[in-house]
Amino acid sequence: MSTMTTPVLEARNVTMRFGGLTAVRSVDFTVNSGEIVGLIGPNGAGKTTFFNCLTGLYVPTEGTVSYKGTVLPPKPHLVTQAGIARTFQNIRLFANMTVLENVLVGRHTRTKEGLWSALLRGPGFKKAEKASEERAMELLEFIGLAHKRDHLARNLPYGEQRKLEIARAMASEPGLLLLDEPTAGMNPQETRATEELVFAIRDKGIAVLLIEHDMRFVFNLSDRVAVLVQGEKLVEGTSEVVQADERVIAAYLGEPFEGEPGEAEAAEVAAAEAEAAAPSTTSTKGEGQ
Amino acid sequence: MTDTTKTQPATRGLIPLPEAAARGLLLAGGIATAASAFLAWTWTSAFPGDLTINGYPGGLQWLTFTAGLLTTLFALALYGVRGLGWLLPARNNAPLALTALGGFGTTWFTVIAISNKLGGVVNLEPGGWIAAIASLLPVIGAFALHQQGVGEGSVKESIKAYLTKPDSIPAAQPLTPWLERAVITLVTILGLGVFTYGIDTEYGELFIGYLIVVAFSLWALNTAGLNDRFSRLVAHNRSFTLAMGFLAAIAFPFTQTDDHYANIGVNILIFGTVALGLNIVVGLAGLLDLGYVAFLGVGAYTAALVSGSEFSRFSGVQFPFWAAALTGAAASLIFGVLIGAPTLRLRGDYLAIVTLGFGEIFRIAVNNMDGDSGPDITNGPNGIPSIPDLNFFGFNLGQSHDIGGFTLGRFANYYLLMVLIMAIVVLVYTRAADSRIGRSWIAIREDETAATAMGINGFRVKLIAFALGASLAGLAGTVSAHVTYSVVPTPYQFAGSTPPNSAFLLAAVVLGGMGTVAGPILGAALLYLLPEKLVFLQDKSLLAFGIALILLMRFRPEGIIANRRQQLEFHETGQLAVPEQTTLTDEPATATKAGA
Repeated sequence: MSTMTTPVLEARNVTMRFGGLTAVRSVDFTVNSGEIVGLIGPNGAGKTTFFNCLTGLYVPTEGTVSYKGTVLPPKPHLVTQAGIARTFQNIRLFANMTVLENVLVGRHTRTKEGLWSALLRGPGFKKAEKASEERAMELLEFIGLAHKRDHLARNLPYGEQRKLEIARAMASEPGLLLLDEPTAGMNPQETRATEELVFAIRDKGIAVLLIEHDMRFVFNLSDRVAVLVQGEKLVEGTSEVVQADERVIAAYLGEPFEGEPGEAEAAEVAAAEAEAAAPSTTSTKGEGQ
Repeated sequence: MTDTTKTQPATRGLIPLPEAAARGLLLAGGIATAASAFLAWTWTSAFPGDLTINGYPGGLQWLTFTAGLLTTLFALALYGVRGLGWLLPARNNAPLALTALGGFGTTWFTVIAISNKLGGVVNLEPGGWIAAIASLLPVIGAFALHQQGVGEGSVKESIKAYLTKPDSIPAAQPLTPWLERAVITLVTILGLGVFTYGIDTEYGELFIGYLIVVAFSLWALNTAGLNDRFSRLVAHNRSFTLAMGFLAAIAFPFTQTDDHYANIGVNILIFGTVALGLNIVVGLAGLLDLGYVAFLGVGAYTAALVSGSEFSRFSGVQFPFWAAALTGAAASLIFGVLIGAPTLRLRGDYLAIVTLGFGEIFRIAVNNMDGDSGPDITNGPNGIPSIPDLNFFGFNLGQSHDIGGFTLGRFANYYLLMVLIMAIVVLVYTRAADSRIGRSWIAIREDETAATAMGINGFRVKLIAFALGASLAGLAGTVSAHVTYSVVPTPYQFAGSTPPNSAFLLAAVVLGGMGTVAGPILGAALLYLLPEKLVFLQDKSLLAFGIALILLMRFRPEGIIANRRQQLEFHETGQLAVPEQTTLTDEPATATKAGA
């Protein structure tokens, strides 16, 4: 699938400054259709800021973001309307709405019924409501939460809340799904299930861009991985390329001492670490075995 | 606490008595309480209600009688008398304790009020003493019943164990559809009766006694699980219940002989309608609006200006009512959009402050548009008096009419018009809430950032909520202008001692239960009746409300009528529905208010 090269998302020269702090510096970034792309980087590297620039929550200081060739206006609801849906790092479900209602809210941009049609309740309204509900139920079947449609979102276990957030995002029929740390706080089984889910989403023809700290997860899934360090894109390439890159290792583990243990030794250590790099980074879950 | 005491030999009562004695005390005490209402409690009719007659209860004695009767019924159900099992499905002690407390409360309140008013306990006849003692017996009995969880903690925790609703209530046997409807009809009639009695109470003492009995009885029914069961019936017959509710509302003026009470009714309806409109803004969309009463004012002023009143700036213009109502709603809508467009970009506290400011701007502007300080439009502080009565096809709402042997006075006519408006508003509210736009309001309330990330145009959706709420208030305002003959700027302020004002409206929504239909209406009824009935509180009423609100927020933050969402929180099955009627609710709030 990686042979297809129609770009879905193109970020050009995106820069985000907060006062004197440059959180994201001239990042060029592309996601092609049918791709799963990982975005990694140490804490504070600007991943979530970059995400927020893509989804219109922040207006980039410089640069443009375009979806399928059209430049996106920096308004979250218009970005979603255009076809980019997202989840959040710390789950942001509508806690006091039911599971079904959460997904129905996701349908907002793909339905049109306004206040008048709600008040008059014509046949069009009923048809649209029914269609929305059917579509939402399909998505709940897809993530395996159909039996909990009438539960409050707040009462779901953590893993299911994550899944529901993905279903809610998918309800807006996106061409690109942005997942912000989808496995944060999950145990190994749940992480594996999420992996399957992400593959299944890609098989539906939706490109996926994910931020993750779980390196094994990222490298298993991604067709391409980009590394963001201190707001700048350091490397981009396949899992193998990124894992072998010294700068990435340095960014995660710190620079080796200049000269101290001997250059040759340092290179040796670096080479050894390159192989073990993925599972021994910042994330604490699902690895170390 | 769900277990019956018989199977739990380890349990004991708070008051050490054998179980059989406790039950006996309950039954005997309940009967004695009811019977004591037939004695003379005092020697003079100086105390209102004439409690001097042996053999026939009067005034407050009826309340003691009712409470005693309820206690007796529950006690019989505890004994397992056939045909009464449905009263106590969970066989728990809480309903008994609560009805006993209700009887005790109202009786002792009466006795103390008599002594206080007439100057000493010497004014009590033996009947009064008997009633006081009789009403104490079931309380002792109830707290001597064996109850799980008693004696393990402090006394406070033990008492709490007696009053808590059990976690699970056995499901009721399914009823046939016609029987379900019969039950709903019966409950509606009962509800109308109880409500009418409350409005018709003639003196403050009777109203307080009424509140005590009603609050404790409803609380008891709730802990018995009958509230949940009724909600389930309502869920099966949603539209039937709604129809019955409106029939009951229409029936109210026909039960009244005095037009004064119809006046109270119409004012409650106006207040309730506006509160329901505010509920869209506050309860659904989560926008705290502290200047909402201004929209009622816009509607009222608009209707007054086009009513044909000779004091109106446009005195030659007289719109028919439908046109005036639409103009009023439209004017409020425009004001809503004008105020909302700049302010709705703010969130939370900032929005509240700005709306508070705009609300005051309306009142001050209207006060100054008298031709001296500003353009001559509203006649300044004098307002627009002599608004003519409405006339529908020759049916003048200002005059009394005889319909089928019942006399409908001026206020009763307006009451019926207001029922129609209320029906429209309820329809608008329920339909808007259960739709794409309603879901996006709730989503905005829950998490605005996530909602916009789901493609909801937050500003647009909030503006629609604001404008819709404003136009509903404007609609109610057009009627209120005609009901009160005149419009003046003073009622449209932020806070005052009588409704409507923005603080009272907000209190009605929060007190009744945000996001429900019945909640704000019930809250409005309570908040209107309390200052109306408790005249002696007059200058302290705001203090009393403050205390009552604080207590409510401490003990029942979701309001008197809980939202379906909050109910779902406690019940995983998702089977529950909104209680539609104001007849079966848990009302500890009224109890605290009565005491305040």
